[in-house]
Order: sequence, then structure tokens, then C-alpha cells
Amino acid sequence: MDKLREEKIFKALMISSLAIVVGSLFIVVAVIVWNGAPALSLSMITQTSKGGYYLGKGGGILNAIVGSLYLGFGSLTLALMISLPAALALQKDYIGRTKAAYYIRLSLDVLWGTPSIVYGAFGFIIMLYLGMRASLLGGIIVLTILQLPVMIRTMEEVIKMVPVDLKEASYTLGATRFETTAGVVVRQALPGIVTAVILAFGRGIGDAASILFTAGYTDNLPRSFLDPVASLPLAVFFQLGTPFPEVQQRAYASALILLIIILALSIASRALSKRFMKNIIR
Amino acid sequence: MNIRKLKDAFAGRLTLAAAIFSSVLVFIVAFTLYLRSEPILEVKSLGDLLLGITWMPSQSEFGFYPFILGTVYVTALAMVFAIPLSILSAVYLAEYANERLRSIILPLVDLLAGIPPVVYGLFGVLAIVPLVAGIAPLFKNSGISLLNSGSYSTGYSILAGGIVLAIMVFPIIISISYEVFKAVPFEVREASLSLGATRWQTIKHAVIRAALPGIAAAVILGFSRAIGETMAVLMVVGNVVKIPSSIFDAAYPLPALIANNYGEMMSIPLYDSALLLAALILMLIILLSTLGARLILVRIERRMHG
Repeated sequence: MDKLREEKIFKALMISSLAIVVGSLFIVVAVIVWNGAPALSLSMITQTSKGGYYLGKGGGILNAIVGSLYLGFGSLTLALMISLPAALALQKDYIGRTKAAYYIRLSLDVLWGTPSIVYGAFGFIIMLYLGMRASLLGGIIVLTILQLPVMIRTMEEVIKMVPVDLKEASYTLGATRFETTAGVVVRQALPGIVTAVILAFGRGIGDAASILFTAGYTDNLPRSFLDPVASLPLAVFFQLGTPFPEVQQRAYASALILLIIILALSIASRALSKRFMKNIIR
Repeated sequence: MNIRKLKDAFAGRLTLAAAIFSSVLVFIVAFTLYLRSEPILEVKSLGDLLLGITWMPSQSEFGFYPFILGTVYVTALAMVFAIPLSILSAVYLAEYANERLRSIILPLVDLLAGIPPVVYGLFGVLAIVPLVAGIAPLFKNSGISLLNSGSYSTGYSILAGGIVLAIMVFPIIISISYEVFKAVPFEVREASLSLGATRWQTIKHAVIRAALPGIAAAVILGFSRAIGETMAVLMVVGNVVKIPSSIFDAAYPLPALIANNYGEMMSIPLYDSALLLAALILMLIILLSTLGARLILVRIERRMHG
């Protein structure tokens, strides 16, 4: 009966591992909520940082929230414009079966794994070369590169799931490849595409290392693409770096706001993909 | 009719261009980093840079050894925590858990992957750093030098970095190895069970053996995430330039070095070149590990779909 005891021991180990993993998620959320909630106030999310904010004086982090949304939506738009066509090109009807597609996927995987600090350094070199300052545009471009591989690879997986029969039905009716792709494939894969986009948006809005040198930081709202822009992750980082407890409190609250946005995105992606699911032929 | 054909051809070209553009990016990034790190490689040999222990940019001493060691320590510690916990979790999810439990746990694991690094960093500062500082006195003289805390630890340490990093790596190893377990053909299990093996024996001798390459790939991808993680580690690891001797010591990993000094290095000659060399080294490590992991995973996928 020794083998049964071994199974029992390992089962207990597995369950406790799973409990640690899931528990760590709850602990992370709990620690951020516990520390962040008391410092959260209406003025934090409705006012920009005033003079002396980092010494503990009045104001809020509206500049960082708005900045993060600008950065997030700007890079999302740009990344979507490149990644949807790129993911469609990797279909079997196009170049999906070729050796080239294999190498394209491989290089995207390497790009996906590249640390965001490397993107940040790369972006900074390019901006120096072009004579640009740290700006909204710089941040958007770097975040676009960061999001591209996530979007393309996830979208490709979804597009692969579209039943071949559906495509063939469309081809039989005389539709071209483009008409089939635009009219059938994209529509059919829409729930997954939405999920991929939201996933990438979350990655873009939460990343700090890549925009550290490229987007800059400011107390004002940006008025043009060439102005520097504040962002939530960097707001957390900089406020935590001050020696004043009041300001550090605000870092906790800023992290809570960021966490709420990420959780909301995750819930939204589930709800949206369920909703789009209705229009799908199975 | 012709217009439809024309549109089709145009769209085909456009999508191809988008795919090629995004895949070429990785070469552009690597090449740019190489070009900018060349100046320092012309003056100093790579061996001197990698094994040098003095870091004094103002005197043009660029020894990466303390930083490389810091990266190795933090990453290795994170993997020591993450590998067993993640693989045991994945085995349970794939082999024992029912559909209901899975549908609850898997989204939570995804959520863990979505939390921004800076939030993990703050969590580390608020919870893990005090915890490490609290337990450090218990390890004053533990006998093993690697575990010795010495007299005093602020808590900002390799151990804190390793714990935070392990949590960030969980979802990667779990979700990939879960997929790998699911990809093991059902016949493998049936054959073992029909020979009278228990469920655990089947998992231990048949399923895990069949899944081993895939688990290796999952671990490699987790490792490549851990080694490049910047913000979260930077916030809890202490950032002191020295050769760490115990996990309660502070360390200064490579990504943190770049993040803390880039942007203000312009006045010192070769400084930016040195930092970009660090970025290039990181990228090459990622390149090799991603290639290795993907080659394994692609082979598994082919075996599944023929």
C-alpha cells in the first residue's frame, strides 16, 4: 500500500502548491488594497499634481491617469493597425505554411520575451538619433513595439481556430481571399481578437521600464504628441521614491488605481468576448 | 471583377508587409544595441568587462561581474521557488482537478500574469521586505554561508527579489506546462492504467515522462521572463554594487543597472555604451532561451497535429 501513500503525499503537496499560487494572488491584491484604500481620495483622481505635490502638498495624479490612458490607447491603435494584418498573413491561406512564417513566428517570440528595459533603451537611442525629447509620441512608439508580439501571436491563435469549412463555404461562393478574410474570418474570430487587444492593452498600460526614458514625466496634461507625459506605473515608482510618508501613501493609492484598471480590463475582456460570442457560427 | 482581384492582391501584400515589418523589429533592436555597444568593446575585451569586479564609470572601470552575479542569484532563487510550486500546481490542474475547479483557477492564474510589475514591486516593498527583515535574525549562523544573514539585513535583498520574481513567474510556467500535460495523448494514460498502475504511478512514470521536454520549455520561458524583469526586482533588491555572499545580501541585477543609470550617463564617456552592452547581453540570453524553448514546443505541436 506504499504506492497509495506516495500518491496521498504528492496530492497534498500539489494542493498546497496550488493554494500558495492562488493565495499569492489574493495576498498581492489584499496588500495593495489594504495600503492603498485609506490614501485614496476623490482629489487624487480629479486633480493634477500641484506644485509641492511630491513634498506632501495638495493635488492628485489625474495627469498620470490621463497620461496612461493616452499612452495605452495611442499604442493600442498603432499596434492594432499592424498586428491584425500581420496575424491574418500568418493564416494557412496566406503564408502560414511556409518556412518564412515559421521564422516570423520565432522572431515574434523572441520579441515577446525581450525585457521591456531593453525596449526602453532602444527607444531612447532612436529618439536621441532623431533629436526627439521624451514625449507622448516616444512612449507610444515604444509601447507599440512592446504590444505587437503579444497581439499578433494571440490573434493568430484565435484566427487559427476559425473552422476551415466556413472559409471553404465562402470560397465556394466565389469570394476572394480578402473577402473571405474580412467578411468571415475576422468576424468569426472577433471575440478572441478583442481578448487579445485587451490583454495587450493591459501589458502596455502597466509597463514602467520601457517608458522610463521615452515618455518622461510631468505634472501637466500633455497638449501635443511631443510633450512629455506622466503615467501611472511611474507615478507609483516616483512617489514611493520620495522620503515623505504622505507621498508614499499616495504611491500605494496610485498602485491601487492601476490594479483596479487591470482587474476591470480582465473582467471586461471576459464580458465582451462572451457578448461577441453570440454572433458566431459554431 | 478586376477590382475585386486587385483589392485581394493589395490586401495580400499589405498583410505580408505587416508581418515582415513586425518580425524584422527584433533584428533592428539587436543591431542598434550592438552598434551602440561597440565603442566599449573596442577599448576593452569582453572577458575583462564580464569578469571585472570594479564598477567606476567616472574612472572608466566597467566590471559587470557583480551585476551578472546579482542577476544569476535573484533569477536562480526565483526559479528554485517557482519551478516545484508551478509544476505541482500544473499537474494537479491537468490531471486531478475537475472542470469546475479549472474554470475558476485558470482565469486567476491569467490574472496573476496581468498584474503590472510595479504593483508587484510595491507589494514586495510593503510585505516581502519587512518579512525578510523579520526572519533574517533567525538565520544569523545557519551554518550554510549562502543562508547566513550576518548581523543585520534591511530586508532589501536577493531573497525578497527572488520571492517577488517567483510569484511573477508562476503563471508562465503553470499555463505552459498545463497545456503540455493536456497535449499528452490519452492513450499514454490508458496503457499505463490498464497495466494496473495507480493514477499517481501513471502520472509519475508515463505522463510526466512524456511531458518532460514541454516542461523544460515552460521552465526556460519562465526563466527568460525572470532574468529580464526590471521594475519589480529593482524596487526590492537593494541595488548595492558588491558581490553578494548570501541571499540576505543586497544585489544589483543588470536590468536594474540599466534602469537606474540610463538617461543620466551622457557626460561620462563610454558609460552609455557599457549600459547598452548590458542590454545586449540580456537580449542575447533571451534570444537563446526563447529559441531553445520554442524549438521544443514546436516539435510537440507537430507531434500532436501531424
